[in-house]
Amino acid sequence: MPTRRLQQNLIYILFVAPAVFVFALIVLLPFLRAIIFSFQDWNGISTVIRWVGLDNYRMMWKDDAFYRSFAFTLKYVIVTTILVNVVGLALALALNTALKTKNILRTAFFLPYVIGSIIIGFIWQFIITQLFADIGRATQWTLFMKNWLSLPDYAFWSLVLVTIWHSSGYYMVIYLAALQGVPKDLLEAASIDGAGVMQQFRSVVLPLIRPAMTINLFLALSNGFKSFDLNFALTKGGPFGTTESLALHIYLDAFTKNLFTYASAKAVVFFVVLATITLVQVSVMKRSEVES
Amino acid sequence: MKENRAGKVLLELIMIVLALLFLFPLYITFVNGFKTYNEVLTSTIGLPKVVQFQNFSVVWKQINFPGVLMNSLIITVLSVAGILLISSAAAYQLVRRPGAISNAIFLLILSALVIPFQTLMVPLVKVARDFGLIDSIFGIIVMYWGFGLPMAVFLYHGFIKTVPRELEEAAQIDGSGVIGVYIRILLPLLKPITSTIAILHSLWIWNDFLLPRIVLSSSQNQTIPLASAVYFGQYTNEWHLGMAALTMAILPIIAFFLFMQRYIIAGITSGAVKG
Repeated sequence: MPTRRLQQNLIYILFVAPAVFVFALIVLLPFLRAIIFSFQDWNGISTVIRWVGLDNYRMMWKDDAFYRSFAFTLKYVIVTTILVNVVGLALALALNTALKTKNILRTAFFLPYVIGSIIIGFIWQFIITQLFADIGRATQWTLFMKNWLSLPDYAFWSLVLVTIWHSSGYYMVIYLAALQGVPKDLLEAASIDGAGVMQQFRSVVLPLIRPAMTINLFLALSNGFKSFDLNFALTKGGPFGTTESLALHIYLDAFTKNLFTYASAKAVVFFVVLATITLVQVSVMKRSEVES
Repeated sequence: MKENRAGKVLLELIMIVLALLFLFPLYITFVNGFKTYNEVLTSTIGLPKVVQFQNFSVVWKQINFPGVLMNSLIITVLSVAGILLISSAAAYQLVRRPGAISNAIFLLILSALVIPFQTLMVPLVKVARDFGLIDSIFGIIVMYWGFGLPMAVFLYHGFIKTVPRELEEAAQIDGSGVIGVYIRILLPLLKPITSTIAILHSLWIWNDFLLPRIVLSSSQNQTIPLASAVYFGQYTNEWHLGMAALTMAILPIIAFFLFMQRYIIAGITSGAVKG
């Protein structure tokens, strides 16, 4: 009997150890390292690593560029979270009616999502700097005669526009799956009781698709916070650092300015903020799902 | 009733126009890849006067397209295969042998779902250097195993819990070992969740830019997203070559999507709902 026990344990180790080993090496070790780095001073190259206590966190407190990046990211997250969900839900509602071209339309709206966001960023760099200039010349509309990427407000809305174009189809697909789960007879019953389209949507459809909404808000929040590729490809954080997302800010600090440990402290703060916001969002929305 | 039908036609028309607007940037990318440099500057919207196939052969050689395509394929396939194997094996034993250790391992791996990559990337470069994983195809594949694992273990764990034990027990009585049961009984049962995980992770790894950007530096290790960035640096504006490069970069993934559309949309929906 002890040999059977031993054999079972060996098999357990054989199956679980690769996952534990890879996880420890690639996720756990760098994570602990990030926390340790945040209390140290090191440029990434020299052989000496000094302990500096809370210096990095204190420095962050007075770092205008960090605040600016934080403010940009928050604004970007709020605006895109609302808009991708509104556009995604609107597209899903339209496609949930018996349109003839429904399947082709779904493919068209979803297609941009499968393309990587760095490539999307380059495509739109061309469109905004070349095509928009062309349209401006042809129509004389002042809107298109400006270089969007060199004006702070326009650069911000360019990023929002491209984000919506890139990912609305994704949110649409998730909403569409939820809408298809809304029983037809419930809607019929509501309409017999005299509910108009708007009222049906508010009192029948909306409560039933709440779980999809929880997921989509979570995904939009977390994707928005982690945004890097579009900022990198489209604006490089410019003009004057006004569109530097937190992810890009940390990247630039660490890999172009060699502020390894300072960037790690910012990365730890970034983790705490993102984890708190997403956990609060999910628990609040899960609770309201149960109530309704 | 008549009014309703008119409304439907109108909605359909609006949606078609909107869809064309959605596809328009891809059209722009495509046509400008076939123009000369001067023609791109004078007209971006029109079709090319003379189709310039040589843009594609120039890009093909300049970025060594066959090489970067191969790198992207190798990295994506081996990363995803490794994630599927490591995660399903671990989840299998974690579910079937519950206890304090299994619980602790599962919770630890699960908690990593809230850690953004950006928090790990700075020290990762140091860890990768210490372990000889930097600037190597094998190295980045191991990293993807690590980053893909939490989501995959979570999805497999949830799925295996719903698989009845009796099948495995029957096979064990027939003389199969645990490894045999895993390969012959369990893996076939896991197919739906395996395809969901494979699709989610393939799209992510194929399109990923930030990780390759910080850990792959030499030219023979470039992936498609890295290589296409060459034409969009600060001091270059060879738009015609850039658009040809982007066209070549997006064709494989669009073809893959159109062939696998049903599975991709199903995979993304169920992945999101369970995640």
